[in-house]
Formats: sequence, structure tokens, C-alpha cells
Amino acid sequence: MEKSYIVKQISIFSENRPGRLAAIAGALRDAGINIFAFSIAEADGFGVVRALVDRPEDAHRRLTDLGFRVSFTDVIGVKMRDEPGGLSDIASILGDAGINIEYAYAYSGKDAAVLILRVDQAEDAVRQILGHGGELLKASLFR
Amino acid sequence: METIRPDELADLQLKRLKWSLHQAQKVGLYQRKLKEAGISPDEIRTLDDVEKLPFTYKKELQAGYPFGLFATPLKEIVRIHTTSGTTGKPTVVGYTRQDLENWSELIARNMTMIGLCEDDIFQNAVNYGLFTGGLGFHYGAEKIGMTVIPSATGNTRRQIEMIEDFGVTAIHCTPSYALHLAEVAESMGKTLDTLKTGIFGAEPWSESMRNELERRLGVKAYDSYGLSEMYGPGVAFECPERDGLHIWHDCYLVEIIDPETGERLAPGERGELVITPLVKNALPLIRYRTGDVTRLMDDGCACGRGQKIERITGRSDDMLVIRGINVFPSQIEHVLRALPEVGEQFIVYIDRVKHLDEMNIEVEMSRAGFSGELQDLARMQKKISGELHNALGLRTAVKLVEPGTLPRFEGKAKRVIDRRGAI
Repeated sequence: MEKSYIVKQISIFSENRPGRLAAIAGALRDAGINIFAFSIAEADGFGVVRALVDRPEDAHRRLTDLGFRVSFTDVIGVKMRDEPGGLSDIASILGDAGINIEYAYAYSGKDAAVLILRVDQAEDAVRQILGHGGELLKASLFR
Repeated sequence: METIRPDELADLQLKRLKWSLHQAQKVGLYQRKLKEAGISPDEIRTLDDVEKLPFTYKKELQAGYPFGLFATPLKEIVRIHTTSGTTGKPTVVGYTRQDLENWSELIARNMTMIGLCEDDIFQNAVNYGLFTGGLGFHYGAEKIGMTVIPSATGNTRRQIEMIEDFGVTAIHCTPSYALHLAEVAESMGKTLDTLKTGIFGAEPWSESMRNELERRLGVKAYDSYGLSEMYGPGVAFECPERDGLHIWHDCYLVEIIDPETGERLAPGERGELVITPLVKNALPLIRYRTGDVTRLMDDGCACGRGQKIERITGRSDDMLVIRGINVFPSQIEHVLRALPEVGEQFIVYIDRVKHLDEMNIEVEMSRAGFSGELQDLARMQKKISGELHNALGLRTAVKLVEPGTLPRFEGKAKRVIDRRGAI
């Protein structure tokens, strides 16, 4: 049951040089894939583009065909109140439960803001958030 | 002879070395070279004394074109082979009847070592002209009593029909032609079931190529090493262990040297192979610089034969000196090819920054290599440079790049770009 809240983020290896994000975004546009949220993590000379998209399987196939190195990463999407204290509520739940956040990024959607989290124990995190009355994005939203 | 005791071997080598120097003294080039070096053959009393002798270079053989280096009159020479001569005049190699006998004996020894016998049907699918691989293997195989098919090269479909119709059990060809044979056989729907042994040589080939050839042709693949100046193929050969090549110390005195300084290297160190042939009549040579890079292997072989050399890993002309350390591009390639995280291509850049040599390597990531996590990428870079450090003794900066972004090469790849200016 916790599994139905674990969603697939696509992670794309990218060199740190002009035009790489444009190439990735252009490929998703051409395939009619919508990006809900993304972030870029960078290290020495290269980075990883992380994105939550409406059709992760299609995006993976499309980008792989174009020669990108792509993989799926399990994340969870937590709805949060778009007002002061929204992030604090969620971070506290996880912190109190001893769950470590590896990275996070957020977007502000039509009905709520969403916090995307990569945590060390995803199923525990889902249980904790639901147990504290929180709401999560369902994996069924992404096909 | 293959399992001769070390002390007996040393005695035999010394005896034959003295004879070879005597033979070389009949050649104008060697009379001059020994005089210039201020040494007479009588002063060579131990095998180590060979270090006092001057090297012989390929360009000296070319300068002697056509018959200037022959130690015997032409009437005693019964055959001529030449090298291709892609770098100037061809090198002409003469053979007396005794030379041909010695050479056939070596080839026969190699083929017997890998279990071939008079029951085998042998297709010799290499050029039969001036190239030494054709007639060399032909006579060696006949000596064993194998049924020899001198199919030479070309007409691949016919070659495949012959393998099938004649029940060929062993084949000799270049590794690239073997791959072509496999492709054509597959397209013809032929499985070549009788074939069990493949002897491949005359060009460098990798372990992954070995796996592919074995899988697609259904053979056990053996590496063969030789050079025309030393008769041709047969100088060194893999035994069934297939971990290095047995070089025949009774016929070839082997040294490994630093190609820059000419100093002899310790066993185990990689450098240029230098050979003094011990039984050659028509074209005796002293300390011939083969240009091939290998090392003497320390550990004995399970088969009980003599000391092996590693498979040839490159040409000494390609050697780089980086922060005073000799590096062969093939060593870098060897390390990178063994790592599953590394994709198809890589490029090595060498720069001089503030009087210090820096080696930067761009590596395309393999499909398997990407987990999606940034820290795994950093770990991968560290692992690659760690492996290189172990193999080369040099610090390198590794940069991962996207697949398909490094230049592709038709033919010989240029994977090392030395951007250091003249000092």
C-alpha cells in the first residue's frame, strides 16, 4: 500500500556545458511529455538533471534512444500547505521519525505546493506522513 | 626442448649466441657496428655480456636493401620474403634451407603445443605471397602431418564451403578476417561445427575479441606472435593456458628495454622487446629492436614450459613520458576497458601546467554505469582514477562525459592527444 505512493523520478546524466538542459527539455517537448518539476544537481564538470514527468516510462525510452544516460529513482511527492509552516510540518514529521532526506525540490501546483523528496527509507516515510494526516501524490498519476 | 632445464638452456643459448655473432661478422653492417662499439665477438663470454652489443634498428635493415645484410651467398639462399614496406623500402628476409627447417620446426612446435596433430584438417586462410604467415604455417603444419588446405585469402563464401565440406578442424587467419568469416557464415546459416581451433595473429586483438571469436566460430582462439625479421610467425605462441605467450628461448635471446634509454628492465617491467636470434643463418641479427611492447612474466606456467611474455600491448613508438614515468597508451586502454562503468570511447589529454605534466582523461559513461545518483558518479570518477593510479603510478583527472560526444575514428584511433609544447 505504501508502494502506491512511490513515484518514479527520471535522472539524466548531463555534462556541465551550454545547451544540455535545452536538449533534454526539447526531447521531452517533442514527445509531448509534461514536466511537473525538475532540479539540477551539479558536481565537478557534470550534473544530474532530475525531473518528475507525467509519463516517466516514455521519457526514459525517448531520452535513452537519443543517447542520454537515464535511470529511474524512487521518490515521494508530499502535498504541502502553500503558506508559512508548510515545509516545516513535513520536515518535522520525517526528522522525528529518524528518516533522512537525501535531497528535495518543490513546485507550486494548481491545488497545492508539492515537495519531492528522496529519502533513505521511502516506505517508512510514506507511513509516517499518512499517519500524521499528510497527503501524497499517487504513483498512478504517472504512467 | 620446450621444458629444457634453465642451466642447460643458458649453456645452449651462450653456445648459439657465439655462433650467431660469428655469423653476423660476415655482414658489413655488423663489422662496422661492432668496430664502432669497440667490441669483438670473443669478448662475449656470458649471456649478460650481450648488453655490451649495439642495437639493430629496422631502418638499418631497410638501408641494406635488397641483399646487403645477408650473411650467406645467394646460392645458399632458397627463399625470400619481404615486409610490406609501408614505412619506406621493404625489409628483405632471406632463408637458407636450414633456416626454413628451423622455422618449420618452430611452427610445428607451436601447433603441437595446442594439441594439433596429423588427424587435423588445417585451413591456412592468410596471404600466400611475400607475407610470411602463409608459407610459414603451411610448412609447419605439413611437418606435423596435418592435412593442409592452402586456401589463402578472399572468396569468403568458398572458404566457408571448404570448412564445411572438408571438415576443417583448425584455421589460421587474421582476427579481423575471422570476424568477417563468422559474419558471412552466420548469413549463410552455417554453424561450422567441425572447427575447434583458431590461430590468430599478424594484428593486435583484445580479450573481448577472443570471447567474440570463440562464441561465434565455436573455436578455442590462440594468439600467435612473430615478425618477418625473426623468420615470421612462430616466435611466441599461447599454450592451452592462454595466459601469455611462450617465447622460444632456445632460438631467441630475449631482452626487455626502456625504449628511451636503452637500459635493460627487470623481469615483470613493461618495455620494448629486443631479440637476438640464435639460429638464423641468412639474416643474423644482434639485439633487434622489435618496437613491440610487452613484459617478461615472472610466474611459471602450469604447462611446465619456459618463461612467457605478455600479449603484445602496443608499439614503443607510442610511449609517453609523463612526469618522468613511461606510459604506454595501451596500459591506459587496458585499465579502462576492464571497467564496466566505462563506455565505448575515451580520450587522454596531456598538458604541461606550470612545468608539471597533467593527464586528463575524458571517459564516456557506459549504459550500465549510471545509477541516477550524483554521489555514485563522483565515486565512479574516483574509482577510475584510482585504477589508473594503480596501473600507471600516476595521478590522473578523470572526467565523465555523455555517450556519443567524443570523436569516433575510422581505422586507427587517436586516443592520446599530447598538448605539451617543446620544452
